[in-house]
Amino acid sequence: MAAESAGSASAPSSSPSALTRLRNRLEGPNTIGNSRSFWIGFALVLAGLVAFPLVGGSTGNQFSLFLVLGLLGLSLSLVWGYSGILSFGQTVFFGVGAYTFGVVSINFPTPGGITGAVIAGTLAGAVLAALLGYFMFYGGVRDVYVTIITLVSTLVMLTFMAQTAGSEWTIGEAPLGGFNGMPGMPLLNLGVEGLFTFQFVFNDLELFVPFVGTTEVDPFYYLSLALLLVAYLALRVLVNMDFGRVLVAVREDEDRTMMFGYDVERAKLVAFTLGGGLAGLSGVLYASRNVYIDPSVFELYFATLPVVWVSVGGRKSLLGAVVATIGVEYLRLNIGGEMALVAVGALLLLSILVLPGGIVPWIDEKLSRGAPDVPDVDSPETTAEVSES
Amino acid sequence: MSESEPESLGANVRQTAAEMATGDRTDTLLQTDGLVKTFGGFTATDEVDFSIEEGELRCLIGPNGAGKSTLLKLVTGTLEPTDGEVYYDGHDITELDPNERVDRGISMKFQVPSVYGDLTVRENARLPIQQFADGQERRHLVQESIDAAGLAGYEAVEASTLSHGQQQQLEISMAASLDPDLLLLDEPVAGLAVDERDKIADRVTRLNEEEGIAFIVIEHDTDFVGEIADKVTVLNEGDIFMEGSIEEVEADPDVRRIYLGESDGGAQ
Repeated sequence: MAAESAGSASAPSSSPSALTRLRNRLEGPNTIGNSRSFWIGFALVLAGLVAFPLVGGSTGNQFSLFLVLGLLGLSLSLVWGYSGILSFGQTVFFGVGAYTFGVVSINFPTPGGITGAVIAGTLAGAVLAALLGYFMFYGGVRDVYVTIITLVSTLVMLTFMAQTAGSEWTIGEAPLGGFNGMPGMPLLNLGVEGLFTFQFVFNDLELFVPFVGTTEVDPFYYLSLALLLVAYLALRVLVNMDFGRVLVAVREDEDRTMMFGYDVERAKLVAFTLGGGLAGLSGVLYASRNVYIDPSVFELYFATLPVVWVSVGGRKSLLGAVVATIGVEYLRLNIGGEMALVAVGALLLLSILVLPGGIVPWIDEKLSRGAPDVPDVDSPETTAEVSES
Repeated sequence: MSESEPESLGANVRQTAAEMATGDRTDTLLQTDGLVKTFGGFTATDEVDFSIEEGELRCLIGPNGAGKSTLLKLVTGTLEPTDGEVYYDGHDITELDPNERVDRGISMKFQVPSVYGDLTVRENARLPIQQFADGQERRHLVQESIDAAGLAGYEAVEASTLSHGQQQQLEISMAASLDPDLLLLDEPVAGLAVDERDKIADRVTRLNEEEGIAFIVIEHDTDFVGEIADKVTVLNEGDIFMEGSIEEVEADPDVRRIYLGESDGGAQ
C-alpha cells in the first residue's frame, strides 16, 4: 500500500493537489532527495526490495534482519543526527523492547497477547527513554555527558541482565535466563482473535509470481520492509515540519534556540522518546524474528554499531542511516568473526577522516551538483505558492 | 499559609523604587531588585537595582568584568541569581525559564553572532516566526524580516557564509521578529566597520522609535552609544556606578578614570 503511494510520486497529473501536498510534507531542507528523479529512483529501489526475496534466495531471508536494524539506525539518526543528542543507549531501548516483547508474549501467547506484546515492547522503549531523557535534559545534562550516561546505561543493563539466570528471575511464565537468554517465545502473530489474525511463519507465504511461478516467501520480510518504509516516510515528514526545524535548531545552537522562546528540554525529550520507541520496535522485531533474545544486545560492541551505521551513512540523513545500516550489516555478517570488527572499525575511521558528512549526503551532492537539490522554500504548506523560487 | 505575601511585598518594593526613580511615572518595564550573582568567591553583580522604562533605549557600559553580561543573563534567565528578584511588566519573573521570559516579551541578540550557520537565511528567519504565524502571513513576515536585515536576494544562502555584519543584522532581525517589548543586545557592533556600525545604529534607533521596543545595549563603542542612547548606565565592580546622559557620563572624571580613559583603545 505504502509502496503504491510512493510509486505514484512518479506518475504526476493524476491528482496534482494531493500529490503536491504529499510531496510538500515529505520534502524540505532537512532531508536529501527533494526531486522527482529521487522519488523515481526511490520507487525503483522499493520495487527491487519487494521483488528481492523472490530472486535473492537465502540472502533475501537474511535481509529482513537488516531491515529490522534499519529502524534502530533511523532512531539514532533522529536523536543524534537531527537533535544533536549523541546516544550510545539506543541499544538499551532496543534490548528492553525485545525483553518486554518476550515476557509479554510468553505469558500471553495468543494473537491478541502477542500483538499487545509488540505494542508493549515499543512503549517500553519509549517510556524508558522518556524517563532517562527527563532526568538528563531537565537535570541540565548536556553534550558528552549525555553520551557517557547512555553508554553507562547500556553497560548497567548488560550487568543486570547477565545475572538473571536464576529461577527467581522469572516473570510469570517467562524466565529472563541470564546469559542463556530467553528462548521459547511464540511466533509473531498479529491481530485479534475472532476478527483477523496472521501468524508469521517463516517461508509460509505462498505467492504466485509471473515468470517465477508459485513461490514461498517470508511474510516477516514484508512486515519489516513495510514498517521501515512507514518509519522512514514518517520521520521525513517529522523533520521537515516546524517541530523538526526546532530540533535542527537545537542541534545547531541550544542557547540561541531557547532565546527564541523554544522549550529546548521538551523538544529534546520528545525526540529522545520517539527515538526510544523506534528502537524499542526494532528490538521487538529482532526478538520475534529470532524468537530469542539474550543480553548480548547490551554489549558495548552492539551499542557502538548504530553509531557506526549513522556516521558512515551520514548522520544528518535519514536515508543515509537506512542505507548504511543495511550496507554495514551485510558486510559485517558476511565477513564474520574478528575480521568483521576490523572492517567495521576501518569503515568508521575512513568515514570520519574522508567523509565526515557521511556517504549518502556526499553521493547526493555529487549527483545534484549544479542543480541544488534542496528547494528554497519557507515552509511545506506554502511551497505551492513559491513558484518563482 | 502565607497568602500572597511575597507577591504583594514584591509589588510594593517595585512601586516604591519606581516612584523614587521617576516620580509619578509607573510605566517601568524592567526592574531588578538587589540582584546578586556570585561565582565561587567572585561577586559578578552586587545588589544591583536597575530599571528601565517602556520604550527606553538604555546603554550599559563599564570595564571588562563590571558585570554587564552577567546582568543581561540574569534578565534573560540563562543565569539564576544568588539573591534578588527580577520584575518585568509588573510581574516577578525571577523563577521563569528563559523561553518563558521570551514569551513575555524579552528577546536577545547574543554577543557572538549566533545565527544557525548550516541553515539558509530563510530557514534562520523562519524559526522564530513559525511559532506564531502560518501560511501566507508566515511567508510575508519571514520576507519582511529578511528585507529588514538588508539580506533580500540572500534567502537561499547558508548563514555561515554571510559577513560578520550581515550575521549581526540577521540575528537582530530574528530577535526583533518575535515582536518583543524589550530587546537586549550584547555588543552589537564589536568588530564592525564604520558603515556597518552606522547601519546597526540606524536599525536600533528605528526599531526603538517606530515600534516602541525598549533596548538594553551593552557596548564599548562610545560613539555608537552616543548616537543611540537615551540614557547610559555605568557598571563597575558589579554595581551601578553612575547613570545619566552620555554627555554627563563622559564628563564625569571618575568614569573617565575607571573606564573611558583606560579602555577606549582596548575595547575596539
